[in-house]
Amino acid sequence: MRPFSWRFFRLWQRDRDVFFRLWRSEGAGAIIEPILILLAFGMGMGAFVGNIGDQRYIEFLAPGIIAAYAMFAASFECTYGSYFRMEHHYTFDAILATPLNVEDITAGEIFWGATRAFMTGCIILAIAAAFQLVPSFWALLIPLVAALSGLMFASIALFFTSIVPSIYTFNFFFTLFITPMFLLSGVFFPLDRFPEIVQTLSWIAPLTPVAYLTRGLFQGEFQPNMLLALGIMVAWAVVFFSITLVTMRRRLTK
Amino acid sequence: MGESPEPFDYVTMAIIRTINLTKKFRDLVAVDDVSLEIEEGECFGLLGPNGAGKTSIIRMITAVSPPTRGEIWVDGRELKKYPREVKAILGVIPQIDNLDEDLTVIQNLLTFARYFAIPKEVAYQRSVEILHSMALKEKRDSRIDELSGGMKRRLIIGRGLVNAPKIIILDEPSIGLDPQARHMVWQTLRELRNQGITQLLCTQNMQEAARLCNRVAIINRGRIIDIDTPQALVSRYMSTQVWEIDVTSDERDSIIRELESRQLEFEEFAGIIHVFPKDDSQVEGLPGAARAATLEDVFFKLTGRSLVE
Repeated sequence: MRPFSWRFFRLWQRDRDVFFRLWRSEGAGAIIEPILILLAFGMGMGAFVGNIGDQRYIEFLAPGIIAAYAMFAASFECTYGSYFRMEHHYTFDAILATPLNVEDITAGEIFWGATRAFMTGCIILAIAAAFQLVPSFWALLIPLVAALSGLMFASIALFFTSIVPSIYTFNFFFTLFITPMFLLSGVFFPLDRFPEIVQTLSWIAPLTPVAYLTRGLFQGEFQPNMLLALGIMVAWAVVFFSITLVTMRRRLTK
Repeated sequence: MGESPEPFDYVTMAIIRTINLTKKFRDLVAVDDVSLEIEEGECFGLLGPNGAGKTSIIRMITAVSPPTRGEIWVDGRELKKYPREVKAILGVIPQIDNLDEDLTVIQNLLTFARYFAIPKEVAYQRSVEILHSMALKEKRDSRIDELSGGMKRRLIIGRGLVNAPKIIILDEPSIGLDPQARHMVWQTLRELRNQGITQLLCTQNMQEAARLCNRVAIINRGRIIDIDTPQALVSRYMSTQVWEIDVTSDERDSIIRELESRQLEFEEFAGIIHVFPKDDSQVEGLPGAARAATLEDVFFKLTGRSLVE
């Protein structure tokens, strides 16, 4: 494994410039969809669900939606986005002729994916605040959790991108990995309805600790497991970031 | 960075030097023991059929592909130890169109300049100059997919100049261009050579090689067959003239018997017999016509005429 250098920032700047050039199409979905989910599930279905503990359902749902959409933002950016740049536009091949190396490109893509998650976290948190759903000032830390989870999901996504044979393989990534987490990692309902063993196993899914930590900060209620959640996220991020530095080099230099 | 550089190698003035360069892919030897010395300021051509190993050599010299064996020195630095420093002085003009389609024409140049850590004002000034010299001034803010093939090619060449490179490396720079655009590209490359920029040019176009290159290496199956100036190669391998006979099937056999009886060297290819006479008297009375021998004849002679897939 070779280290990356500060030059990763050049690629991050490139991705940022492109995003803000195209932000109307890129950004709109990121805002509209979580609002729809909050309305449909939070208010619509929430009326039938009633309260969870002493919370209205929409207050329970909001932090889960932040965690889930930060995951989507980083995952889409570093699967379809990175794959198009790599295999269809040959953007990385062009950049490799400059002083940047594969590791700088890899780190730049992952940090940009994390930035997308951070921005998504900020936007949905602001929307939730506008709906007057945010009970605690600790919620201001949520964008940082979104950024860390973005780093983790971007690393996992780019790892997958570095080994897929074709763009269709991403179907597996989303149907077998992302969607099950979206539905079963504590975004929509508390995991304590499941048997103990299933609850423990669900912590293997990287979204579970993110949803747990985000919800804790959202409500301003601290539990020792939140540190564990933070540790799990850091561990996933470090492992997949490192592996991806190696697998991207393998893919781009033959 | 950080290491104390001991860059200069006084043995030779070659700006690019490869020593026993070899590249293997599984059971294929793409580049086989290639040692090259390219002098500062010259335009050096790599000439070879498809799969000869030209692109593999270029990919190794631009640090995209690690050699299986051998060394590469560029401007007194070993590439393996100083890839970033070497890439900083290279302008790479690839065969594939890899412009950044998410950016406009001028943004392509500015963003590329940023990869080289060129200060903003310098980058802007240089980009404007490049657009001017590549006749792309009007297209400054256009999207890439609005450009014609010739414009894209010119922008790719311009992009390769954004870091004011000492050496430019070109892979089939005029492929797919119409004659007007091709001549404009050649004119640009000649001007760059006059400015003292070293060029490594990889091509299958003999006319291009003969027009632009000071020296040419002919490569086949990963090996160098010969290196020299285009004129020297022609006079080494060819008689000054080639006699071409366009044959129809019924007279073919009798012509070939005649050529054999005169003990002439000849080759038959795509319905045309190319005869290589030592002097004019040898072809007296034969049908056909004489033409001057070219680099293309040398190329066919050294790499064979059979199709490479």
